[in-house]
Amino acid sequence: MSSILITAILVLSILGVLLAVVLYLVAQKFKVIEDPRIDLVEAVLPGANCGGCGYPGCRGFAEAFVKADDITTMFCPVGGNDTMANAAQVIGKTAEAKDPLVAVVRCSGSPEHRKRVLEYDGAASCKLATALYSGDTGCHYGCLGLGDCVAVCKFDAIYIDPITLLPVVDEEKCTACGACVKACPKFIIELRKKGPKGKRIYVSCINKDKGGPARKACQVACIGCGKCAKVCPHDAITVENNLAYIDYNKCKLCRKCVEECPTGAIMEINFPPRKQKVEGQTESAETV
Amino acid sequence: MLRTFAKGGVHPPENKLSADKPIEVLPLPAKVSIPISQHIGAPATILVAKGDRVRVGQLIAQSSGFVSANIHSSVSGVVDSIEPLLDSSGYKRPAVTIVVDGDEWEPAIDRSPVLKREISTDAEGIIKKITDAGIVGLGGATFPSHVKLSVPAGKKVEVLIINGVECEPYLTSDHRLMLEKGHEIMVGIQLLMRVLGVDKAMVGIENNKPDAIKHLTDISPEYKGITVHALKVKYPQGGEKQLIKALINREVPSGGLPIDIGAVVHNVGTAYAVYEAVQKNKPLFERVVTVTGKNLAKPSNFMVRIGTPVAELIAAAGGLPEDSAKVVNGGPMMGKAVSDINVPVTKGTSGIIVFPAAESKRKAESVCIRCAKCVTACPMGLEPYLLIRMSQRMMFDRMEGERVLDCMECGSCSFECPANLPLLDYIRLGKAEVNKIIRARKN
Repeated sequence: MSSILITAILVLSILGVLLAVVLYLVAQKFKVIEDPRIDLVEAVLPGANCGGCGYPGCRGFAEAFVKADDITTMFCPVGGNDTMANAAQVIGKTAEAKDPLVAVVRCSGSPEHRKRVLEYDGAASCKLATALYSGDTGCHYGCLGLGDCVAVCKFDAIYIDPITLLPVVDEEKCTACGACVKACPKFIIELRKKGPKGKRIYVSCINKDKGGPARKACQVACIGCGKCAKVCPHDAITVENNLAYIDYNKCKLCRKCVEECPTGAIMEINFPPRKQKVEGQTESAETV
Repeated sequence: MLRTFAKGGVHPPENKLSADKPIEVLPLPAKVSIPISQHIGAPATILVAKGDRVRVGQLIAQSSGFVSANIHSSVSGVVDSIEPLLDSSGYKRPAVTIVVDGDEWEPAIDRSPVLKREISTDAEGIIKKITDAGIVGLGGATFPSHVKLSVPAGKKVEVLIINGVECEPYLTSDHRLMLEKGHEIMVGIQLLMRVLGVDKAMVGIENNKPDAIKHLTDISPEYKGITVHALKVKYPQGGEKQLIKALINREVPSGGLPIDIGAVVHNVGTAYAVYEAVQKNKPLFERVVTVTGKNLAKPSNFMVRIGTPVAELIAAAGGLPEDSAKVVNGGPMMGKAVSDINVPVTKGTSGIIVFPAAESKRKAESVCIRCAKCVTACPMGLEPYLLIRMSQRMMFDRMEGERVLDCMECGSCSFECPANLPLLDYIRLGKAEVNKIIRARKN
């Protein structure tokens, strides 16, 4: 009885040792040499796997980051400058600080400003709706409000306002990964510089129609009058196809264009309330 | 036992309200807007400028490639503007607006109503006239006809199939055309037969149009090689592939064309347009449009100049009823709601249907219980319940493997779905995305 036991233990032990040797040899032969820094870089990254950097997840970014000769074009929008500095430190380089970006919705056509003339009855998807028609208001460019941008946001940073029926970006949560920019079939959302203390100015309209039809469709549309471009002291505004665009790299946030805009299409965000001016001057600007 | 196609199909209520209304010529509108993209393929290139005088039948936009079509003025008058206007696509696209004055036709057009039977043009001449006349498939797909008639090398056409099925509910334009212009259609078919070099043509008509079947059967002995066949009523028999299966019992392979199995299909409306173009020198600038709806005072069939605003057609049919909520361009199954009733009639407009509010709304969506009614209904043998899931989850690469591109958007699945799921909407989205993937792969 005991001999069977001993034989069994012996056979299995020898077999175990033999197989261990084989496994060891195979492992040596087919060893994958991986840069240990990849793991370190990955550990520094946020781990959201959002794809905002343009690579397939954080691991993909770490692999490319370690290999890259030039890291100036690589940026993790979620982690921001701190994360990039840490990651660059791991591989012994320094990362240039970049201005943080934020998603901006360039449409202000709430039902108050932009009357709904049609009723859409299909499935709630902007992509489906754009295949059928240009929109349920007179504006052929504006937001459809069906929430494709909300559906793709991994950070819960965008929601549809129940009153304006337009998407609102939560600045605190937005990581500028660009998922909503890609999801919007109307190309309304843009990534813009967040600005000092979040201060920024942008044209909240993408209507390329001429002034008349644009204004008829929406009270706060850009009519392409060009007044903002004339008043801008920094040459930051261009008007093309009846639509003004502010270059955020040139804009010095002087707010002259905001005052000049006859329709109120230019938005200013996070500025302190204006000082009350002499009566009459401001009123004419506001009532138009 | 009447013939029909094998797979799938549904039976929507027919509602052919205007079947006994003769074709009336609609009075000239004050203004027409003629879009330059009324066909599948490249938009035509505009030849006129603002202020130019044009005559009826004058070429105003030229075909800009092989898969494109000429566009002619449908009225005489002065070009008022050339700018993007809302059309039935729901988008603003370039269109030529002409203010009508008088009715001066191009002198080359033969306006006499006499039937001209002798065919004096050879095959090449016919194809050239069809190309020049800007003829596109008038069944609704608006594919340029000359492309379908140019048989690629190595392919042989055995039979020409003429589509007089008109399986869409409500629509009666082809029905009326067959009754009133039977001889012209027959001559048109003979012209098409000469182009394709075939000696056999089959006209398929659904059995809900007994008068049209009788009329064409009675006159068919006068025209050699043309036979008329009654078919069992089943939607979507007017689909090219379904009609081929029903008439000659052959199946077009997935991703293939009818010509791969020796068939070419044309609509009766197209045959009539070919007759007019070749025998009467008349380009395609007017067509028969059914204007119908349950609450409409006077459902009718009109001969309409291309570019006429839809609103004028509705006014001529008794005006827009008060409770109407939706105006559909095309049939109720495959047509599309217009976003403005002033959009122009185009070459592909076979019908205008006005729906009352009660019938316009979609029913509330419920959940899929995998009853597979959509699978039974699909005439192409697809699995719509699976495709909608894939489309919603953006699994477009897998949709390609599930043959989503075979879908012809007949809407049978959405029609049958007891949960009222927007099956076709998502399948359409999937098709568009799969096409994008395929284009990206080619580049």
